[in-house]
Amino acid sequence: MLVLLERIREYFPILLQGAWLTILVTLGSLALSTVLGMVWAVMRVSGIRWLANIATTIVNLLRGIPIIVLLFFLYFVMPDFGLSLSAVQASILGLGIAYSAYQSENFRAGIEAVDHGQVEAARAMGMGWPLMMRRVVLPQAVKIVLPPYGNIMIMMLKDSSQASTITVAELALQGKLIATSTFQNATVFSMVAVMYLVMCVPLILFVRHLEKRNKT
Amino acid sequence: MIEIRGLQKFFGTHHVLKGVDASVAKGEVVCIIGPSGSGKSTILRCINGLESYSGGTIDIDGVHVDHQAPSIKKIRTEVAMVFQRFNLFPHRSVLENIIEGPVFVKGEPRAAAIDHAKELLASVGLAEKIDARPSQLSGGQQQRVAIARALVSRPPLILADEPTGNLDSVTSIEIMKLLPELQASGMTIVFVTHEPDIAAYAARKLLLKDGAVVSDLRQQPMLLEAS
Repeated sequence: MLVLLERIREYFPILLQGAWLTILVTLGSLALSTVLGMVWAVMRVSGIRWLANIATTIVNLLRGIPIIVLLFFLYFVMPDFGLSLSAVQASILGLGIAYSAYQSENFRAGIEAVDHGQVEAARAMGMGWPLMMRRVVLPQAVKIVLPPYGNIMIMMLKDSSQASTITVAELALQGKLIATSTFQNATVFSMVAVMYLVMCVPLILFVRHLEKRNKT
Repeated sequence: MIEIRGLQKFFGTHHVLKGVDASVAKGEVVCIIGPSGSGKSTILRCINGLESYSGGTIDIDGVHVDHQAPSIKKIRTEVAMVFQRFNLFPHRSVLENIIEGPVFVKGEPRAAAIDHAKELLASVGLAEKIDARPSQLSGGQQQRVAIARALVSRPPLILADEPTGNLDSVTSIEIMKLLPELQASGMTIVFVTHEPDIAAYAARKLLLKDGAVVSDLRQQPMLLEAS
């Protein structure tokens, strides 16, 4: 038991460094995916056909490409076109772009779930489209999309481990490196699993809180 | 005030309005009555451009109504609409619902809009509900807020689509009692209903059947007679 505690004490600081990178990649890609997802969603509901078609094509394209391929493309292929990104930059960009497709579908569903009567009331008042979106539709859509948005956050946190494939020393990769050098697979990967769980639990509770609040 | 000539409307292949002709003078209270599906709500929605129309013309004070023309925004700020399902903004308080149009569409000073909104809320008997959310109000109270919201821009014309359609008979009468006051302030009111009891509050009744006006009756309005 003492040996186990000693190993945990030894590995924990290294894994913690990985956890910080996991959080950094998750937060960075979350911010990017939120902004891009909102842009695609607004384009799709704009009522302007060519804009909606462009957004639909982008979303379908992103949904059809595995995240890992996108990461490889950004990290290994883009330098051939003169754009060299660090591993962390490429992982934030790759995960952010990939997840923008799912964010977009979530936002679009939220916008379309707002009662059409609200849109009519806003138009009848003389509101133009941008003002109507800002003052009437989006504030109501946010309430609808928050629970699924929380779920996407959880998925992104776990999928950030894919950044390890392009050498980002996040939690999963740090665990693999320790396990490879010490052969303490059970201890190390149990610690990695617990640390992912610790990061996910607040998000799970947040989602549950939002779901309860929306039911009342 | 409103001139409708040969108004036609198709929904797909369904011919809803088949050449409606009607004129409404300034200050009139006009009711459009007819069975469900006769096209009465469609006329109202065409008047303020919520719906496009397939043929004919609509003019309000000489301005042609075209839902795609830039002029539609100005028309909508002068033609207020009251809906059957109230359509209040659930994420905003009663006061915020009322000042939304004047402050954010017309750019009026917030303080002046709040003062006017408070006066209107008092006039519809809801002064104490200023901070309530629409979900905390009864149907009748929500409709009174919707009427206050419609009045806050001092519109010369109010369109009401089945304003009592979601209310019980007692509350419906309370809502209709607001009509004479509005008319006295010079407003023109056009409302739609399928209930003859409610239509009795108007001075003029346009009977719509199968997409066309089949009679245009002038009558002594019930409430004015009573008062």
